[in-house]
Amino acid sequence: MLDNHAKLVKVIASSAGIVGRKKLQKIIYIMKKLGYPFEEKYTFHFYGPYSEELSLRMEELTNLGFVSEVKESKSNYYQYRYQVTEEGENFLEHSPVDLSNLEAIVNDMNEKSSRFLELVATMLYFDDLDKADTERKVQEVKKKSNYTKEDMKEAWEFIEKIKH
Amino acid sequence: MAYKDEQLHEEKVFKDPVHRYVHVRDRVIWDLIGTREFQRLRRIKQLGTSFLTFHGAEHSRLNHSLGVYEIVRRILVNFADRPNWNHEERLLCLCAALLHDLGHGPFSHSFEKVFKLDHEEFTKAIILGDTEVNKVLKKVSKDFPQKVADVINKTYEDKLVVSLISSQIDADRMDYLQRDAYFTGVSYGHFDMERILRVMRPYEDQVVVKESGMHAVEDYIMSRYQMYWQVYFHPVTRSAEVILTKILHRAKALYEEGYSFQMEPTHFISLFEEKVSLKDYIQLDEAVVLYYFQMWADEKDPILKDLAYRFVNRRLFKYVEFNPNLQMKEWMELHQLFIDIGLDPDYYLVVDSSSDLPYDFYRPGEEEERLPIHLFMPNKELRELSRQSEIVEAISGKKRTDHKLYYPRDVILQLPDDSQEKKRILALLHHSE
Repeated sequence: MLDNHAKLVKVIASSAGIVGRKKLQKIIYIMKKLGYPFEEKYTFHFYGPYSEELSLRMEELTNLGFVSEVKESKSNYYQYRYQVTEEGENFLEHSPVDLSNLEAIVNDMNEKSSRFLELVATMLYFDDLDKADTERKVQEVKKKSNYTKEDMKEAWEFIEKIKH
Repeated sequence: MAYKDEQLHEEKVFKDPVHRYVHVRDRVIWDLIGTREFQRLRRIKQLGTSFLTFHGAEHSRLNHSLGVYEIVRRILVNFADRPNWNHEERLLCLCAALLHDLGHGPFSHSFEKVFKLDHEEFTKAIILGDTEVNKVLKKVSKDFPQKVADVINKTYEDKLVVSLISSQIDADRMDYLQRDAYFTGVSYGHFDMERILRVMRPYEDQVVVKESGMHAVEDYIMSRYQMYWQVYFHPVTRSAEVILTKILHRAKALYEEGYSFQMEPTHFISLFEEKVSLKDYIQLDEAVVLYYFQMWADEKDPILKDLAYRFVNRRLFKYVEFNPNLQMKEWMELHQLFIDIGLDPDYYLVVDSSSDLPYDFYRPGEEEERLPIHLFMPNKELRELSRQSEIVEAISGKKRTDHKLYYPRDVILQLPDDSQEKKRILALLHHSE
C-alpha cells in the first residue's frame, strides 16, 4: 500500500532532512534518471524538470503526518523543511521499499545548492543529446540562470560521480 | 506566397458550444486539422472515465484542441500591437496550441501508469516522425516541426511563447475548465475569460495579468478549485479509474504468465511487452480498447472477466474514506480477510490517493519551484497572485488531499449472513464511513 509514498519517505529518512521543495524535486528527478524506481511523472517547467505528482504526494505525506513540513519565511518567498516523523518511521516498517544505498547519494545531492541541482537535472533532461548540444540547450532554456562554463564542468563531474 | 503565410480564400469556422465559433484562416492550421493523427483525437475522450459519472462528458480531445487553438488565436489578436511580443511567433503558437495533446492515447492516465508510457513523448514523436502532421509542418520550414515540439515540451527558447500554451493560467486550462463544465453539466467552471484575455500582457519571458483584472483571475482559480473536487476528483470517476487500471494490470499479468486469451489481444501486445512503436500507438483509440473490454468480459480468467464486466456495465466499486496512518492495522486485517474469502486484494482492495490523478490546484509554491501567476501592478512591479488576493491565499492554504479505499461491496454482501468474515469486513468498512 502506498509504495510510491513510502519511497519518498525513505529518501527523506536517509538524510537529516531536506530543505526546499525545489531541492527535493530535483533530487528525486536525478535519482529517477539514475534508474531508481520512482514513478512520479516529470515535465519541463520554467525552472527545469518538475513533478506536480511529487508536490501533491508530499502534501499527502505531510497531511498524513508521515513527514513534517516546516515553513520558513524568507525575504520574499517561503522555504520548506522536510523531516520524517515517528509515524513516518512506523509507516516505513509496514511498507518496506526496495531502495538500497540511499544515504550516500542523497547526502551528496543534499549538500549541493538547489540552483546547482537544477542545472544537473536540466542536463540530465537532455541526455538524448551529446555533451555540446546539451550545454547549448541548457544555456538556451535557462538564459536567466547565467550558468558559467565552470558550473557546467562541475555539473558534468558531479553526474559522473553519482553515476558510479 | 510562402506556405506559412498562405490564407484560405474564405475563413472557415467550426461551431463550438464553448467559444461559439473557432475561426481558421491559415492554410497550415486547416491542413493540420485534416491530418489522420489529429482526426484520431475524435476517438479519445477528453475526460477519460468521467462519462460513467457525468453522462454528458463524452467530448473528445479534438474538441478541446480546437478550443485551445481558438483561445490562443484570440490572445494573439490582443497581443498583436503590444511591445514585448514578436509577431513572427504567431503561427508557431497556433500550431503548438492545436497540437499540444496530439500524443494522448485512450484513457491516457491509466495506460501511462500501467504500461509506462508518456503522452508527451508521443506528441513529440508524432510531430517529428513519419506522419501527416510532420509533412504539413515541414512545408513551413525544415526546423518548424522541432520548434513546435519544443514549445509543447516547454523547452523552447522563448518562454513567453511557452507560457501561452502551458503555465498556471494558460489557454489549455482556460479551455478545459469551461468545456468540461459545459459537457458534465455542472454549474462550476465558469469565469470571465474575455476579461482575462483583455488584461493578459506579454512581459519579458512570461504572460502576466494587469492588477485590475485580479478578480477575474480569482474567479478562474475558484473555478479550478471547484472543478477539481466536483468533477476531476469525483469518487465515482475514481472508482471507474481504479477498475480500468486493474483490468490493464490483470491483462498484462496474464499475458506475462502465458495465459491463452480467447481472442488474441493483438493491439495490446506491444503495450504488454513495453515496446510500443509510433504506428502501434496511433492505431490505438478508445473504440479499440472498449472492444477488447467487451471481449474480456467473456474470458475464462475470473478476475479479468469480472473487472471487464464491471467497467462495461458500470458495476463500480464502492468506497470509504481511509487514513493510511490511523487505519494501517485495519487495512492489514482487511487484506487478510479478503484473501480468506477468495478475493485477491491486489485487485479488489485498492487505496486511491489524490496524487494518483493528473489534475492540480493553483500552487504559488516557493521561490523558483514553479512559475506562479504574476499580477502587473500599477507601479510596474510584479506581485504573486496569492500575495495580493485574500481569496486565492485562502484556497492555497487548504488541505487538498485525501485517500479512499475501494472494494466490491456487492461481492461482500453476497456472502452468507452467518459468515464471520462478512461481519468483520463490514464492521471494519463501516467504521471507516
